[in-house]
Amino acid sequence: MSNQPSLLKIENLHASVENKPILKGINLALDYGQIHAIMGPNGSGKSTLANVLAGREGYEVTEGRVWYQGKDLLAMAPEERAREGVFLAFQYPVEIPGVSNIYFLKAALNAIRKHRGEPEVDAMDFIQLVKEKIQLMEMEDQFLYRAINEGFSGGEKKRNEILQMLLLEPTLCVLDEIDSGLDIDALKIVAKGINTLRSPERGFLMVTHYQRLLDYVEPDMVHVFADGRIVKSGGPQLAKELEAKGYGWIEQALEEHA
Amino acid sequence: MTLPAEALKPYQAAVETRLANEPDWLADLRRQALERFANKGFPSPREEEWKYTNVSPIERKRFPLAPAPGVVDEQWIEQQRLPGCWHLVLIDGFFAPHLSHPALAGDVVFCDMGSALRRHEALLTQNLGQAVDVEHGFIDFNTALFQGGALIRLSPGTRLEHPIQLLHVQTQAAAIPTRHLILLEAGAEAAVIESYVGEGAGLTAHVTEILLAENTRLQHFKIQEEARRAFHFGGLYVKQAAGSRFEQTQFALGSLLARSEIHLHLGEASQCQLDGLHWANGRRHLDSHTRILHEKPGAVSRESYKVLAEDRGRSVFQGRIVVQPGAQKTDAAMSNRNLLLSDDAEVDSKPQLEIYADDVKCAHGVTVGQLDDNALFYLQARGIDADSARQLLLYGFVNELIETVTVAPLRQYLHRQLDNRFDAIDLESTS
Ligand SMILES: Nc1ncnc2c1ncn2[C@@H]1O[C@H](COP(=O)(O)OP(=O)(O)OP(=O)(O)O)[C@@H](O)[C@H]1O
Ligand SMILES: [Mg+2]
Repeated sequence: MSNQPSLLKIENLHASVENKPILKGINLALDYGQIHAIMGPNGSGKSTLANVLAGREGYEVTEGRVWYQGKDLLAMAPEERAREGVFLAFQYPVEIPGVSNIYFLKAALNAIRKHRGEPEVDAMDFIQLVKEKIQLMEMEDQFLYRAINEGFSGGEKKRNEILQMLLLEPTLCVLDEIDSGLDIDALKIVAKGINTLRSPERGFLMVTHYQRLLDYVEPDMVHVFADGRIVKSGGPQLAKELEAKGYGWIEQALEEHA
Repeated sequence: MTLPAEALKPYQAAVETRLANEPDWLADLRRQALERFANKGFPSPREEEWKYTNVSPIERKRFPLAPAPGVVDEQWIEQQRLPGCWHLVLIDGFFAPHLSHPALAGDVVFCDMGSALRRHEALLTQNLGQAVDVEHGFIDFNTALFQGGALIRLSPGTRLEHPIQLLHVQTQAAAIPTRHLILLEAGAEAAVIESYVGEGAGLTAHVTEILLAENTRLQHFKIQEEARRAFHFGGLYVKQAAGSRFEQTQFALGSLLARSEIHLHLGEASQCQLDGLHWANGRRHLDSHTRILHEKPGAVSRESYKVLAEDRGRSVFQGRIVVQPGAQKTDAAMSNRNLLLSDDAEVDSKPQLEIYADDVKCAHGVTVGQLDDNALFYLQARGIDADSARQLLLYGFVNELIETVTVAPLRQYLHRQLDNRFDAIDLESTS
């Protein structure tokens, strides 16, 4: 074993929303270089976990710890987590009228650079960099000059999330249903974006309902959520089983267990 | 609120000296207006339309009339003049010929009120007062005492090549009654910008009348950035003939107390779009009162006011839409979005629909809220700190309206003004 702490270690995490327990003891370890898929029925707590990791207000952690690169993640403000390399691709990206996408991208990049003690990105370098990434996502330049996500189609919003990820080059990427609402071509582009960043320096938690994303981005592990717990973990073949059989058998197994 | 006799005296004296050089019809108009003003004074908060905006501080100040224009720095004026526009500059209500270049020949009349009286008296006789359909102290005060202003007239089918900017500069603690008259003959098109700037702590008491003939199009902008202790009344009275289109965007950003009112009559199948922004910060009180009258069938009105109230700021929005009998197929929509950002700020919003026809589409919506938590979190999740995120959302709220301004030099000017207010976060515009 190396001395380097692991990328992400979630220990017995319990979280409530408005006093209602949602996460009921999550244990998960993600190593550098890995992609873990998180699947599970609607309402089982997948987005809740993603939001708790990113630091959204309104989620009360009642028990457990989360270690990110050996640091106490839950003690950091949301912006600190982002600057330290945590990235959440939102299930529902937010529209922000009146603020251009390009300004937003630049502000985000500079916030991270400043945190690392690097100078602000040069305007020309930035344009070049962002154009490179936007081409990779096969988006038109006009998306840079439009207000953040405003009037973007569902698929365009998802691509915009990956564009941000490409630019910010995070260490821990939490992608919440990045594949929902994508047509076949867009799915391939988004998968290409993810695979571009796939590297031994970073890891991914990928929430998804469908095998089709995993066809393009092969996970190292699949975890199945039910009622705020991980009820089964396995290799990539687990996702295929789920696709074939649905979640019924897992819930059944749970009941038998109880 | 009747003014005491000694408060009226200087105004009466001013009217009398002025009348000596003015034609009889105008003298009569002024005398009648002054008499009404003497009886009623400025409006009282007991009147329904003035319930939320108490103007008694104005009355108490008894602003003298400016004896002469104040001194202004010409370089500063140059910065206020938008490039690519024709300008008419009024300093404390006095026409400043050396800073203006209004003379346009041929199909366009564009001159100051003084020249208008000498050279285009018939246009004034026929049209002055024609669009004003309400009566109160500010209008009477204006009619009795206005001096500077602009006359703009486009003959049929004329399209103004450049926007016109009417720049109002306030330098002293004086009452400044100014008046514009804008006449577009059939098919004419123009863009007119009214800017209000300066360091004075006076009272702007302005009236603009607009008469739009068939199939005309007027874009009208009002940028109110007067100083922290200034008072402002600006009345806009519009009559639209069939098929005409009127678009107005106003930015209320300055003064201590400002009341802006728009009374607009829509002819058959005409259209109007009224957009506005109140930025009520500090101790600023901003009031917009609009009344849209659908008098003929098939007209479309759109109105959208955004309000940002912070510190001890106060915003009042009263929007009335009246659909008269016979104005079938009216299509009217009004919205007022308020951001209430501090406990000491206050917003009052009063949309009113009065509908006397049955086949109409009318909608209105008012929201009062804080900054969107989802949006704040989205920005924070990208590394932007909470305070900058808040600033960025406020910037977006205002910028959204700036982005709709189609007159490029004005849009750029507004972007600069906005950036100055947000210099902490060094924003670049989206265009
Ligand atoms: N703000 C909230 N207020 C009340 N309940 C909430 C709130 N946020 C989440 N929940 C509840 O928590 C549970 C888990 O929600 P979550 O969004 O994490 O599910 P999910 O697994 O992501 O589902 P989906 O697959 O539909 O996206 C749901 O029952 C949801 O209604
Ligand atoms: Mg979810």
